[in-house]
Amino acid sequence: MLKKIRVTLSILLFSLITLYFLDFREFLPDWLQWLTKVQLVPALLALNVVVLVGLLLLTLLFGRVYCSSICPMGIYQDTVAWLSKRVNKKKRYRYNKAKNGLRLVVLISTVAAFILGVTLLVGLLDPYGAYGRMVTHLLRPVYLAGNNLLALIFTSFNNFTFYKVSLYIVSVSSLVISLITLLGIGYMAWRGGRSYCNTVCPVGTLLGFLSHYSLFKVRIDETKCNACGLCAMKCKASCIDAKNKRIDYSRCVTCFNCLGSCHRDAMEYKLTSPLRRKKAEETSEARKTNNQVPTDNLDASKRRFLTVLLAISLSAKELVAKSWSGKLLPKRAFKRQTPIAPPGVPSIDHLLQKCISCHLCVSKCPSRVIKPALLEYGLGGMMQPRLYFDRGFCNYDCTVCGDVCPTGAILPLTKEEKNHTQAGQVQLILENCIVYNDETSCGACSEHCPTQAVRMVPYKEALTIPEINPKICVGCGGCEYVCPAIPYKAIYVEGVIAQRRITIEHEEVDEIQVDDFGF
Amino acid sequence: MALSGAALTTIKEVDAMSILSQSFEASEKAPKYDLVAVLGGEPEVMFRKAIAEMGGMKQFIKKGDKVCVKPNIGWDQPVEMAANTNPKLVAEIIKHCFDAGAAEVTVFDHSCDDWRKTYTNSGIEEAAKAEGAQVVPAHQESYYKSVSLPKGKSLKNAKIHQAIVDSDKWINVPILKNHGGAQLTISMKNYMGIVWDRGFFHANDLQQCIADVCTYDKRPVLNVVDAYRLMKTSGPRGRSLSDVVLSKGLFISQDIVAVDTAATNFFNQAREMPLEKVTHIGKGEELGVGTTDLEKLKIGRLRV
Repeated sequence: MLKKIRVTLSILLFSLITLYFLDFREFLPDWLQWLTKVQLVPALLALNVVVLVGLLLLTLLFGRVYCSSICPMGIYQDTVAWLSKRVNKKKRYRYNKAKNGLRLVVLISTVAAFILGVTLLVGLLDPYGAYGRMVTHLLRPVYLAGNNLLALIFTSFNNFTFYKVSLYIVSVSSLVISLITLLGIGYMAWRGGRSYCNTVCPVGTLLGFLSHYSLFKVRIDETKCNACGLCAMKCKASCIDAKNKRIDYSRCVTCFNCLGSCHRDAMEYKLTSPLRRKKAEETSEARKTNNQVPTDNLDASKRRFLTVLLAISLSAKELVAKSWSGKLLPKRAFKRQTPIAPPGVPSIDHLLQKCISCHLCVSKCPSRVIKPALLEYGLGGMMQPRLYFDRGFCNYDCTVCGDVCPTGAILPLTKEEKNHTQAGQVQLILENCIVYNDETSCGACSEHCPTQAVRMVPYKEALTIPEINPKICVGCGGCEYVCPAIPYKAIYVEGVIAQRRITIEHEEVDEIQVDDFGF
Repeated sequence: MALSGAALTTIKEVDAMSILSQSFEASEKAPKYDLVAVLGGEPEVMFRKAIAEMGGMKQFIKKGDKVCVKPNIGWDQPVEMAANTNPKLVAEIIKHCFDAGAAEVTVFDHSCDDWRKTYTNSGIEEAAKAEGAQVVPAHQESYYKSVSLPKGKSLKNAKIHQAIVDSDKWINVPILKNHGGAQLTISMKNYMGIVWDRGFFHANDLQQCIADVCTYDKRPVLNVVDAYRLMKTSGPRGRSLSDVVLSKGLFISQDIVAVDTAATNFFNQAREMPLEKVTHIGKGEELGVGTTDLEKLKIGRLRV
C-alpha cells in the first residue's frame, strides 16, 4: 500500500515537472512552478523559509520522501533501474557498505565552493538542476520534433491547432554536459539503483544525515527476521544489512520496496519511539567499537582534504575573477565586453551566486533568446543564462524568466518594472550602417526599439539615419537581431555589470484634431 | 536561347495580365468611385459605408472564392497603440467576404514581434476567428513560396506566403503609421508582411524594394487603409499614447498608389509629411502600379 502511494505520487510529480519544462505553449497552469520551487537547492538559494522548513519537517517525520518522490532525478534513476530489472529478470540488489567518506567530501566541497563563490559545482551536482538540463537539452528537442510532426499532419488537413517551431541546438557545451549526466547517472542507476543519491548527491547526503532522526522508519523486527536477505535484494539503495538485521537510514530513500518482500512480516514502517532509537544507537556504537574503525585516521584525512579543498576553492575564485576581468576573444566585428544577463538579474555577481543552471528559463523563454554561457561569465558562470540575439530578441512586455526562476537568480519583475529595466546598452557602429554606406532607407533597428533608444533622425534628403540614446535602452536586442547590415552588424547591445532602472520621458499627449480629408 | 527567353517572358506577361483582368472581371458594372474616403465613424461603420459606395463586396469577391485578408499584425501592442490594424475593421471585412459568397477566408501576417503575442494581443486572432476566418501562422520559411518579380528593380524575386499565393483574391488591410525608415507605412509597405525575407529589403534599398514587391502580379482586389487611429511618431512600433491620434478615417481603393497618396495627405494634417518624403509611393507609380494623381480619379468623400 505504502509503495503504491509512493509510486503513484512519484510518477505524478515526475510527469508534471517534466511537462512543465517542456510546455512551450503555456497549456499548463502557472502554479505548477511550485514543483521547481519545492526543490531543496533552489529553495536554499532563494532562502524560501517555508519550503525549507517544510522539507526539514517532512524528512524528520518520514525520512527521505524528498528523494523518493519529489526529486525528479531520483525518479529518473528509479525508471532506469526498473528498466534494467525488466531486461535482466534475475537482477538482485546487494547490501553495500556506506561510502560516507566520499559522501562527506562531495558535500563539503560543494558547500565550500559555493561559499567561496563558485556555484558551478552545486549546479553540476544538484539533482534538480541536472535533471532540468537533461530535459532542456535532450528531451525538449524530441518533444519539439513531435510537435512539428503533429503540426505537419494537422496542417495538411487545414487544422492549425499545432504550429511548427524551430529546432536547433541551443548550446553544445550544455548538451554534452547533459548527455554525460544522463549516461553517467543512468549507468549508476542501471548497475546499482540509487547509487548516485547515496554516493555523490550532496542533497542526498544532507537529507541522509537528517533521516537518522526521522520519527517514521522502516524497522526490522529482530524476533521475526531470519536474516534471509530477501529485503536486501529488493533494496535499490543497498542499505539493508540483512546479516546483521540493520538498516542504514542515511541511505534509505523510503521506497518501501522491502516491506512487501518479507515473507515473515518482519519489516514495518512505523513510528520509532525515542527510547528504541537510543537503544539502537547504543548497539550501533557497540558495533562500531567492535569493528574498530580507525576514526583518528579518518579525521586526519578529512582535515587534509578540507585544507586542500580550501586552497583549490580559493584559487578557483581567483580564476573566476581573472577570467571575468580578462577580456574575451572577439568572434565578430563587434566585441561584446560584458555578457547580457536576463532582465531581473540585479548584477552578474548575483547571478553567479544564485544560479544552478537548471535551464528552466532557457526552456521557457517564448522568444528563445536565453542561452547557456560558455565562458562569457568566467569559469564559475559556465552554463548560466545569458541573452543572445541570433534568433530573436527579448519581448518588451514579457516577464517569464523571472517568474519561473526557482532560485531567485532572476528576480521576478512586473511588466512596468521590466519596461524600465536596463539589461544592456545599445552601441552603434555607423561605419557598418546601410543608410550611411548605401544612402538608402532602412530603419529596421529603430522600428523594433520599444523605447526609441534608437530613433531615426533626418539625414540627407528624404533619408533618416539611426541615432542612439543608451540611457533609455532596455537591452532587448531587437535592433541587433534585425540589423540587416552584412557582414558586420551596425548596432548591438553591450551588457551591464549591474542592471538599473531607467527613466523614459514621454511627451505630453497633445490633442491633435484631424477634421479634413487633406486632399 | 534569347528567343525562347523572350517568348517565355511574353507568356508570363500574358499570364500576369489575365490574372489582373480577372480581378476586375467581377465588376460587371464599373464602381461609382476609384477611391472612397470616409471620416468620423467607428471602423466597422466607416467600412460599411465605403464598401457600399464602391458597389458592395460582390464587386470584388465571387461565390466560392478563397480569400486572404492581410492586416498589419506586426507588433505586440494593444489596439489603442494603433500599431496593428483595428480588429473591428478586420472582422467587418471578413463578414462581407463571407456574405459575398467566399468559400474561405484566411488571415495572417509575418509579424515583427513574437507572432503568438501579436496575434493574441492585437485582438485580431480572436475577432477573425469569431467571424469564421482561419488564422494561420507565418513564422516559418516553409509557409512561403518563391515568386519572380520581373518588373522589380532591386527585388527580382521573393518568397510570398502561401495564403496569398494559393488564394483567389486577397484584400490588403494596413493601418496608417509613421515609420522610421520608410517614413510612412500604409498599403504598399504592408506587403512586407507577406514576404519571408524582410532583411533583404532593408539591405537593398528599402523604398525601391517596397515598390518592387507591389509589382507581384496577384494584386489585392481592395486596399482598405485603417486610419481610425494613426500613429504619428515613434512608428511603426510606438512607445506611448502620445504617439497616437484618434483620427477616425478610412480609405479604400483598388489602386494601391492612389490610396497611399490619399492616406499620406491625410497624415500630413497630423504631422508634416510631404508625399516626396515617402519615396516608395512615387517609385510605385514609376513601376506602373498605380497613380499619385488624385485629380484624375473619381473620389468619393463621405462623413459618418
